[in-house]
Amino acid sequence: MNHRAIRAIYLFEMARTWRTLLQSIVSPVVSTSLYFVVFGAAIGSRISQVEGVSYGTFIVPGLIMLSVLTQSIANASFGIYFPKFTGTIYEILSAPISYFEIVLGYVGAAATKSIILGLIILATAGLFVPLHIHHPVWMLAFLVLTAVTFSLFGFIIGIWADGFEKLQMIPMLVVTPLTFLGGSFYSIDMLPPTWRTVAMLNPVVYLISGFRWSFYEIADVSMSVSVGMTLAFLVICLVVIWWIFRTGYRLKN
Amino acid sequence: MSSIISVANLSKTYGSGFKALKNVNLDIKRGEIFALLGPNGAGKTTLISIICGIANPSEGKVLVGGENIQTSYRKARSLIGLVPQELHTDAFESVWATVSFSRGLFGKPKNPDHIEKVLKDLSLWDKKDNKIITLSGGMKRRVMIAKALSHEPQILFLDEPTAGVDVELRKGMWEVVRTLQQSGVTIILTTHYIEEAEEMADRIGVINKGEIVLIEDKATLMQKLGKKRLTLHLQGKLDALPESLGHYELELCDAGATLVYDYDTKGERTGITSLLGDLRTAGIRFNDLDTTQSSLEDIFVDLVRTS
Repeated sequence: MNHRAIRAIYLFEMARTWRTLLQSIVSPVVSTSLYFVVFGAAIGSRISQVEGVSYGTFIVPGLIMLSVLTQSIANASFGIYFPKFTGTIYEILSAPISYFEIVLGYVGAAATKSIILGLIILATAGLFVPLHIHHPVWMLAFLVLTAVTFSLFGFIIGIWADGFEKLQMIPMLVVTPLTFLGGSFYSIDMLPPTWRTVAMLNPVVYLISGFRWSFYEIADVSMSVSVGMTLAFLVICLVVIWWIFRTGYRLKN
Repeated sequence: MSSIISVANLSKTYGSGFKALKNVNLDIKRGEIFALLGPNGAGKTTLISIICGIANPSEGKVLVGGENIQTSYRKARSLIGLVPQELHTDAFESVWATVSFSRGLFGKPKNPDHIEKVLKDLSLWDKKDNKIITLSGGMKRRVMIAKALSHEPQILFLDEPTAGVDVELRKGMWEVVRTLQQSGVTIILTTHYIEEAEEMADRIGVINKGEIVLIEDKATLMQKLGKKRLTLHLQGKLDALPESLGHYELELCDAGATLVYDYDTKGERTGITSLLGDLRTAGIRFNDLDTTQSSLEDIFVDLVRTS
């Protein structure tokens, strides 16, 4: 294992985060705070409790997931797309480093950023609403699992994209709608039966449900199903990445 | 001298069906400067890309330092430093950070002294904290060389290293290359500048349409293929050549004021003595004469045209 190469990629990517602190950390925190103001205070004050918790508190796990999902994808896709765009990918491809190590460096950095961001948003939420986490270990495990899985997904998008438009397309057209419709701001039980069935096809429902369970022990689906679905998505992403490197898809001629 | 790179029956066909390399065989000797010449699209960059791991071969085998580039890629690649043709650099990193990154990427432990030496050798030391985006094109080219040298490679690929670089900087780079060779680094350079190959290389390979047309020691090549030209500046202008000189294939130039005779230096007889004798017999006198030797560029153009 070329540990030094993994470390070099990881630190290089992390350095970009510190360099662009405003976009990387401050901007998501500000937008999440606005969500609390709008949904938690303005709209939430007119909604009674949801499954025993106040609306403002109820939306905290969903809001964290919203940021973690979108930032994981954005960080990882940009991380690998940018060297492709500038041409510096030649150095990664010609280095004595395995594909696994390349993924570890890029995805590790992207996931780290998302996890830090998730924790900052959690701390920010604590300023607005009272929080009590029933299962902190599960909460962290879910946070890490989601950050890693969606960073892998972002890595795939970054490899696939051959322009900045494509880089934005999947996150904007697919991921954001799925996240909003995945129960970030409501319980799936609040939907009419037909839409509830449709919602169960949305993979994000399982992530938010599982994450919310670790906070309040309330969930739309059982914890084991949530973990199972997330792991299934993780495995799918790993298989796709394995195929990308095996074939050199959009990386090697 | 043993081979440090051995390319055997290497072919590359792109997805479009274009054959970029056709059964290429090539051995690079340890410690030499090898210049690979060829017109645009000849396959130079494809060949380098395959050896360095950027492109996959369709057929054939490549050994670097005795290691197969596919099955033993870690060992093979760690021996190589690559300076690609295009200026691919990180815009917002400092020179120091990007060069240090390259060293780490190749699995080498931190060595600030080595990075400092490389940057000083390439006259980049005073720019070490500058963002790359602020550097000139020539400086960026040197940063790319610094990145390639950061992990102390035994082999350095320079793909068109002086393309778009001014004369002064080009000569500076030649110095750097020579110093590297003296330290034991094997250098493979592709170039459009024949002057560069003529100045630098120990051996020359010519590639055209994906095939190696020729590999030869530079000196031998110049000797074997070099033609000389004798130019006679006549006392009086000639309207036509006398029939007695017809078998010399002379050329009358400058409206009959000069007579040009091409001869082969590798031939046992150049024909100069008899030509001069026959000129005197024909009553043709001349004021001056000069000879010129064909350059590598002439040789290269001839080879590419005939292959």
